Amino acid sequence: MRTKAHVPYLFLTPAIVLFAVFTVYPIVYSFLLSFQTSVGGEMAFAGLANYRRLAGDDIFLKALANTFILLAVQVPVMLTLALVLASLLHSVQRGRGFFRVSFFMPAVTSLVAYSIVFSILLAGDGVINQLLQALGLKGVPWLSHPVWAKVALMLAMTWRWTGYNMIIYLAAMQNIPEHLYEAASLDGAGKIRQFFSVTIPQLKPIILFTAILSTIGTLQLFDEPYTLTKGGPSDATLTIGMYLYQTGFRYFDFGYASTLAYVIVVLIAGLSFIQFRLTGRE
Amino acid sequence: MTFKTGLYRLASRLILAAGVFASLFPFYWAAIAATNESGKVFAKPPQLVPGNMLVENLVNLNASIGIFRVLFNSLFVALAYTAVSLTVCTMAGYAFAKFRFRGSNVLFSIFLVSMMVPMHATLIPLFKMMASLEWLNTYKALILPNLAYPFAIFLMRQNMLAVPDAILEAGRIDGVGEWRLFTGIVLPSMRPALAAAAIYLFMYQWNNFLWPLVATSTKEMYTLPVALSSLIGLSRIDYGQVMTGVTLATGPIVVFFLILQRQFISGILGGAIKE
Repeated sequence: MRTKAHVPYLFLTPAIVLFAVFTVYPIVYSFLLSFQTSVGGEMAFAGLANYRRLAGDDIFLKALANTFILLAVQVPVMLTLALVLASLLHSVQRGRGFFRVSFFMPAVTSLVAYSIVFSILLAGDGVINQLLQALGLKGVPWLSHPVWAKVALMLAMTWRWTGYNMIIYLAAMQNIPEHLYEAASLDGAGKIRQFFSVTIPQLKPIILFTAILSTIGTLQLFDEPYTLTKGGPSDATLTIGMYLYQTGFRYFDFGYASTLAYVIVVLIAGLSFIQFRLTGRE
Repeated sequence: MTFKTGLYRLASRLILAAGVFASLFPFYWAAIAATNESGKVFAKPPQLVPGNMLVENLVNLNASIGIFRVLFNSLFVALAYTAVSLTVCTMAGYAFAKFRFRGSNVLFSIFLVSMMVPMHATLIPLFKMMASLEWLNTYKALILPNLAYPFAIFLMRQNMLAVPDAILEAGRIDGVGEWRLFTGIVLPSMRPALAAAAIYLFMYQWNNFLWPLVATSTKEMYTLPVALSSLIGLSRIDYGQVMTGVTLATGPIVVFFLILQRQFISGILGGAIKE
């Protein structure tokens, strides 16, 4: 029995209309805007002027560098930590539920809310510096030193997202056949050796998946630096996303802001492609 | 148990316990700070027991940002968004999962690819659009963008692939209308997937910051994240108020999470994993 041909289109119509108006049209429009500048209040085509401006824009280059430093340091550290915690938790039987819930809890918090909490915990005379001093160490200028401010941002992001990734790994580990570990164990491989020779190779596709998700997230980073460090000190934690916001909504330079948006689009597409290539086709 | 495995066990428990402490301490500390006066957040030694300032902090918070209005805004926007988006995305997911039609693959690929496009690429045109419609600073501006959420469409499609075609065919032979098939037969079997998608969409909107920051301009229309961020932009910050606001933004979600752990985890992970 045949269904009438128009039925699926009726089910799709609301989604297609909303998607066309509020997603496709803006994406195309901002692509066109990225080639325009404001001339006496009117937008006019200016060819590649905005894209050429990128190369000589020190603030953009700084934001780009900051974003890549965050990407290169925070993502691998966080994913490694998540892997280690997941494999430790995998061998725990009693109380696993409690650990899972606790580690996942940060992932339900609002980005702005947790950034505020960290801005106070990491303040000059905040709890974390007090803890360091109690241990006989010196306090750290978390939010007022260009390098430490990046570290502070990474700490906060790691707190928010490690458990999220850990839960993904933990679920994937349930599917690793037990006999692989038994075989490795018979060959005399200890727990650490098993981690590198069984767990990591088996999880490769999932690690790729989480690496791409984290890369996309970091390239768009906005809420945390906006709230935690306000991009400072002296633009040390300014991200491309924040610079776009400032360009668009503080200086109302919509053309250049759209160009910055397309920088993010191109970076996401490029880096995802490279990560796929590096890890082979799966 | 050998000495070595015993040692391994002890070390792994210690690391996990430290991780749990690091994960949970900020929640505890924020809740404590919400019940104390502003200066206590930097007290030496740290203030770790509840005070009796919660009501006063709440009153002050309401005086500075109208917290009850802001809470209503956040809740209303997130619930309305979730209801509409879930309906739209579930219908679309059903079309992609259970019908073969011209353009199906192309359309589905467009939705998939658009998941990689960041919010930033729509920000400026959406702002201009809402400005020219004079919808800025209204609920419409907050709710309308991203209702057709590609990830939710994808999630619903994947789950609906499991609905047997035979059941749908039998219904059609019995003369059941297409809409009745969808609401009466398909949807009831999709409850876990619907719950996961609803939690995903709700959390996205409840925590959404960049767009509400751009689209709202007065306190009456702020959502919770925007209101909180406006508080810490002030030159003199009242931390008691701020932490009360933070606790209000996270507390209800945490309670909800503790009750519905399983649905929450699969919801936030977007059904990326199955258990």
